[in-house]
Amino acid sequence: MFPESMEYHISSHIDAFIAWLNVAGEAQFAAISKGLLSMILTVYNLLVFIPWWIWIVLVALIYWYCRRKLVSSIILALLLMSAGIFGYWSAAMETLAVVIVAVLLAVLLGIPLGILMSQKDKVEVVLTPLLDAMQTLPSFVYLIPVLMLFGLGKVPAVLATFIYALPPVVRLTNLGIRQVSDNLVEVGEAFGANRWQLMKEILLPLSVPSILAGINQTTMMALAMVIVCSMIGAGGVGYDVLIAINRLEVGKGFEAGFVVVALAIIIDRLTQGIAQRWQNPGMAKE
Amino acid sequence: MDESKHLVEVKNLWKVFGIDNLTGCSFTSEDVRMIEEKKGIIAVRDVSFRIKRGEVFVVMGLSGSGKSTLARCLLRLIEPNHGEIMFDGLDITKMKKQELIEFRRHKVAMVFQHYGLLPHRTVLENVAFGLKLRGVKKNKREAIAREVIARVGLTGWESRYPHNLSGGMQQRVGIARALAQDADLLIMDEPYSGLDPLIRREMQDELIRLQKEFKKTVLFVTHDLNEAVRLGDCMAVMRAGKIVQIGSPEDVIARPANEYVQRFVGDHNRMQELSAGASKIASA
Ligand SMILES: Nc1ncnc2c1ncn2[C@@H]1O[C@H](COP(=O)(O)OP(=O)(O)OP(=O)(O)O)[C@@H](O)[C@H]1O
Ligand SMILES: [Mg+2]
Repeated sequence: MFPESMEYHISSHIDAFIAWLNVAGEAQFAAISKGLLSMILTVYNLLVFIPWWIWIVLVALIYWYCRRKLVSSIILALLLMSAGIFGYWSAAMETLAVVIVAVLLAVLLGIPLGILMSQKDKVEVVLTPLLDAMQTLPSFVYLIPVLMLFGLGKVPAVLATFIYALPPVVRLTNLGIRQVSDNLVEVGEAFGANRWQLMKEILLPLSVPSILAGINQTTMMALAMVIVCSMIGAGGVGYDVLIAINRLEVGKGFEAGFVVVALAIIIDRLTQGIAQRWQNPGMAKE
Repeated sequence: MDESKHLVEVKNLWKVFGIDNLTGCSFTSEDVRMIEEKKGIIAVRDVSFRIKRGEVFVVMGLSGSGKSTLARCLLRLIEPNHGEIMFDGLDITKMKKQELIEFRRHKVAMVFQHYGLLPHRTVLENVAFGLKLRGVKKNKREAIAREVIARVGLTGWESRYPHNLSGGMQQRVGIARALAQDADLLIMDEPYSGLDPLIRREMQDELIRLQKEFKKTVLFVTHDLNEAVRLGDCMAVMRAGKIVQIGSPEDVIARPANEYVQRFVGDHNRMQELSAGASKIASA
């Protein structure tokens, strides 16, 4: 056994620091909390305001519009319906509300960060190992700092999810811009494009497919994280999975787990479908 | 008087790849020896020439002789290391960033061997691209673009995307985009090299026709003497970064300056004899 006399704890210092931070930044944290909470609520209210059957029809229609695959559209609709049939409709909407807010934040921060990274090699050198580290860390790790600052609830869940899901969209925005052919950049320069025009007319439009792939990955990671975040009070379907595990209710656990998988498939198919549809018309196969 | 006769005047231009620290280097024979020792690639070597207003000036040479590098230096898409590029009395090499952008927007237009069309834009938007960068209003730039599209014979294709077009048509769009600029100087870097011989011939005729109509000043890069002879009013032959001969195409064919030029001319003459022989057989 490791001798107890050699143990040394820093937890009390950390607790003290967090206590200080919570007092010093109280106003800021409260403001962030309030803003995020109202965002989550707005999204949730919108999700439940629209009747369930409209969502089901909408999912099928959107997928049909994007991919023209009848069977897949129907399967997606049925998957969404399973959430209601197993009694998890409002829980599923709660989960989605957190995912949507987190993804929104990730995209709003991630795309500009990716653009910056593509333009400044120094930024790329600094950010790449950071993003690598973020993607290798177990998702649990993200719970600790947000828990320290924001306690339990939906707000820390959104923040942890947002941080966890951020890397793909940053990475793929950067990659997409750097992959644009030098020839086309040269064309832009030859016709007198300045930096901003080059970005707006050539670099960004040509990296749309890559950026959309990044958003898709970010969304999938967000969903995975929200389920984990049920441990810090994210609520939603993840919470039901957690309860089922604790009580060893295998049947219930299966139902809740099935709904999670269904949500994952729907979100993945839809974002990919939309991405393909929105891809530059010039590059889409006809 | 001489000043106004020439649109472009390049003096002692140098461009070296592979060595960074050359600012202020004045390229004495000492410097050049040092660069060669350090394995620097001298892509443009002490090049001087002048382009008269309204003429087609052809730069010809084998692959790797520095033609593209020279053409790009005129726009400073590649920064030359040393030398002067006078354009209408202004030294391009001394321009500041914003001046250079304005110069590229208004004074020159370029046609690329790889066409360089934007895949996410329609033919119309591609042709109007340069005007958009200038800040011309949408209505106006599209009207101009339609006019130019008609001129290169692509009416009806305005709302198609480049990937719907054949190589020849894509290059027509590239040419239309350059013409829409109504620039003083047109730089064409092997615009027809990717096209098959028949289309190529057709495009050359078209350029000759456009040239008669609009009297543009053109810098035309090619590695094909036939093309140079058909299009050029004046031609420069490049080898390993150096211009080895400048003169009218007839002059170059009649009096090749050295064995390198002679090789081009020999090929050309054989072709001529062949086609003359063929027409004799046909008429017999
Ligand atoms: N960015 C670059 N970095 C290093 N070397 C280069 C670069 N661009 C061109 N070179 C070199 O400069 C020389 C001239 O190249 P350039 O492209 O100007 O030739 P070219 O006459 O246009 O040939 P081609 O007919 O194949 O287009 C070549 O030896 C080439 O390898
Ligand atoms: Mg070339």
